Amino acid sequence: MGIEEAAPSGFLLTTLEKAVGLTRKASMWPVTFGLACCAIEMMAAGTPRFDLSRFGMEVFRASPRQADLMIVAGRVSQKMAPVVRQVYDQMAAPKWVLSMGVCASSGGMFNNYAIVQGVDHIVPVDIYLPGCPPRPEMLLNAILTLHEQVRNEPLGVNREAAARAAEEAALRATPTSEMKGLLR
Amino acid sequence: MSSTTSSAHGAQGTPRAAGSIVDDGVEDVPSFEATGGDWSEIAEEAARLGEERIVVNMGPQHPSTHGVLRLMLEIDGETVTEARCGIGYLHTGIEKNMEYRTWSQGPTFCTRMDYLASFFQETAFCLGVERLLGIADDVPERATVIRVLMMELNRISSHLVCLATGGNELGATTIMTTGFTAREEILKIFELVTGLRMNHAYVRPGGVVQDIPPGALDTIREALGTMRGYIRELEDLMLGNPIYKGRTVGVGHLSLAGCMALGITGPVLRSAGLPYDLRKADPYCGYETYDFDVPTSTDADSFSRTVLRIEECYQSMRIVEQALDRLQAIGPGPVMVADKKIAWPAQLAIGSDGMGNSLDHIRTIMGTSMEALIHHFKIVTEGFRVPAGQVFQAVEHPRGVLGAHLVSDGGTRPYRAHFRDPSFNNLQGVSLMCEGGQVADVVVAVAALDPVLGGVDR
Amino acid sequence: MSDATDAPREAKDAAAAAKAGDGPVGTPAADTPQTATEAAHEGGSQNLPADPGARAQLDVVAVRTGMFGSAQGGDTSGYGGLVRTIAMPGPSERPYGGYFDEVVDLLAEVLGEGGTAFDDAVEKVVVDREELTLFVRREHLVTVCRALRDDQDLRFELGLGVSGVHYPHDTGRELHAVYHLYSVTHSRRVRLEVAVPEEDPHIPSSVAVYPGHDWHERETWDFFGIVFDGHPGLARIEMPDDWPGHPQRKDYPLGGIPVEYKGAHIPPPDTRRSYS
Repeated sequence: MGIEEAAPSGFLLTTLEKAVGLTRKASMWPVTFGLACCAIEMMAAGTPRFDLSRFGMEVFRASPRQADLMIVAGRVSQKMAPVVRQVYDQMAAPKWVLSMGVCASSGGMFNNYAIVQGVDHIVPVDIYLPGCPPRPEMLLNAILTLHEQVRNEPLGVNREAAARAAEEAALRATPTSEMKGLLR
Repeated sequence: MSSTTSSAHGAQGTPRAAGSIVDDGVEDVPSFEATGGDWSEIAEEAARLGEERIVVNMGPQHPSTHGVLRLMLEIDGETVTEARCGIGYLHTGIEKNMEYRTWSQGPTFCTRMDYLASFFQETAFCLGVERLLGIADDVPERATVIRVLMMELNRISSHLVCLATGGNELGATTIMTTGFTAREEILKIFELVTGLRMNHAYVRPGGVVQDIPPGALDTIREALGTMRGYIRELEDLMLGNPIYKGRTVGVGHLSLAGCMALGITGPVLRSAGLPYDLRKADPYCGYETYDFDVPTSTDADSFSRTVLRIEECYQSMRIVEQALDRLQAIGPGPVMVADKKIAWPAQLAIGSDGMGNSLDHIRTIMGTSMEALIHHFKIVTEGFRVPAGQVFQAVEHPRGVLGAHLVSDGGTRPYRAHFRDPSFNNLQGVSLMCEGGQVADVVVAVAALDPVLGGVDR
Repeated sequence: MSDATDAPREAKDAAAAAKAGDGPVGTPAADTPQTATEAAHEGGSQNLPADPGARAQLDVVAVRTGMFGSAQGGDTSGYGGLVRTIAMPGPSERPYGGYFDEVVDLLAEVLGEGGTAFDDAVEKVVVDREELTLFVRREHLVTVCRALRDDQDLRFELGLGVSGVHYPHDTGRELHAVYHLYSVTHSRRVRLEVAVPEEDPHIPSSVAVYPGHDWHERETWDFFGIVFDGHPGLARIEMPDDWPGHPQRKDYPLGGIPVEYKGAHIPPPDTRRSYS
């Protein structure tokens, strides 16, 4: 039928896309980027009780140039925002951003002059994690969910098509502000 | 002055030359500022200018500055000639936000200031509000003992994080994992009692939000044993470790005169020899009735601060044991003032969607008494009024003296709430402790000060 | 001051007595700190104008009308005509009680030796909630701080920082800087308060006396715009250097944005209806 009929045993066939996704997802290194309370829970996630290293993630890199994932752990102040952006810019692509906690995701309870109302105003966010602060287990779950997302990420033309499809879907959808009904 | 130097370099085609943070006394010295770029280029330019003096910016995103602290170090070779701090990268506007929320909602905000020592902010705030209301003597004994219990457990967990991150910053991962594992034991207790691992908002004006759950006393006693083992392990790891001693002994020296001048309190002051502890000097929450010691040292260096923190953990355990005995002796009783005009009507229970008002309580106020429902609505939405005036309530925080300055205008919300955070004040000691030392010692000195930037910036 | 440890207990007794209503607030017994709580409660919270004759004089900082903070639309609630004075505890009469008399006497003596009259330096003495507050005129602040720190019977050697309070309706005294001083030697506390007008927000810096006040004064400048003359480097500390305004003043908005979700619209807390 295909090449697998003719090829000798010991070969495993897959698409480049899947192979790349698998390698990218495995051993994703986060940048050491703690801001506030969530950073303590992020550190706790790396310690023996929760053990982030089970997922090949315990190597928190001090240099953004060696990291793939930025965990924005805590409230981002107006003064810190340029620094956050600079750290993001210094990371080598492909890179992902996890917005940990409500303060990073939306400003949370600090709806005031000092706090950026959501880190997505300054960097593109791939996954939001609610909680104040989220438990380490929640962080683990968010990272695993992100892994799944990364593993299935399309490449090349497929990526463009997927992005286009996502944009169209977003344009068709009712904006949240126009939705009516119960708040849930 | 910076404009002249920078334009001069700019004319010579130097890539990233700009004004620097030098002061007026050194106007003639050529200076430049490098942000990123190749280190060899920077070194080359420094050599070309015939200048060894380099200003290094450490942070705000740096793995060993304890959060988002920014240090501007002027170095000559490996020696730090000038150290300055830049803070404000975590300024959250909590004090302003508190002015728009009721007095009962205050603990929810101030607990997030110094996120490693939540109970201290909550207690300082609530003691202040109680003094403004004039109900300080009406707070039930049981609530006060629970506050002491939680504060002392919190002191242990805060010191453990200090030791753990301090070790981590020196490259000792085992110290970090051991410290955090021990801290988890305390967080399990916090979760059992308050429902949360951090940011509890458990202490409320007039008492605490709910009683400790049944069986908690035994759990805490059991956990104390485990904790003692972990702290003993940490003690062995740190105090007998020649590398740790080599890094910390004699580093970050700050004399008693320096501490007093800069208003530095807490373990750093006690390491200089003054046994100043508000729990003894100006007792609150009945601390004068507990039996404990205030450990001091006269070495005034980073190592002695480590020793003191470990010793304070043991002293806190002594207080915890006494508090447990008292809770056992007092027996069940109210944990909130009897005055229904102030007491937060929280009868909490765990439901399918987490913790919330218990269904029994809701059934009672909804079904049986219109007045109870109105009262519940009013006290939750409007809050209680606090007579006009101001108080300054200080408590002994793991890092020093925490003061809450509360001003009321007779309304339902604080007119002004200001927290004098010990880390904010103590960070001023960095220049004194680091100048003249090595760059690597800066990390040690800052770790021994144990600043928590959430408290510094608020 | 014979016995420092007895004072807090007596103070609590006084507070309890005043609260029960059987203690004459205006004429406290010697040795028990006064409390203006009751008077402040009546003036500030029960919508009664302060009556300087009957009770301790109150310090009116604002007068508010209405109940719910909104002046738009017709007054359907009937609360629109409500007038409420916001009054802080006023000057206290001697004896202040506890160690407060001794501290004030000693300070007057030390200031007198230095050639400053006590009444010139200190506008008023307020004793409230077992705390002693000295309202100091700004030109004498450094002298008072130095006297409090250096005299061996005062020894307020621990400066616990500066905090600002903004009273926008207290004309001519809008900005207050509040200094908290502790005596480690004698286990005593005192609070200094300096009031300055908004148009001329200058206070001499206390950094020369309490070096630890360096950052606190920078913070107060940053948040309230009080200029501390003589400070070694009065720069912003919490906000970015180019930030406009002083964010914790009362006339500076909270800066919250409306939260919108599924058609529901929640205004930021500073624009919601309020009960004050």
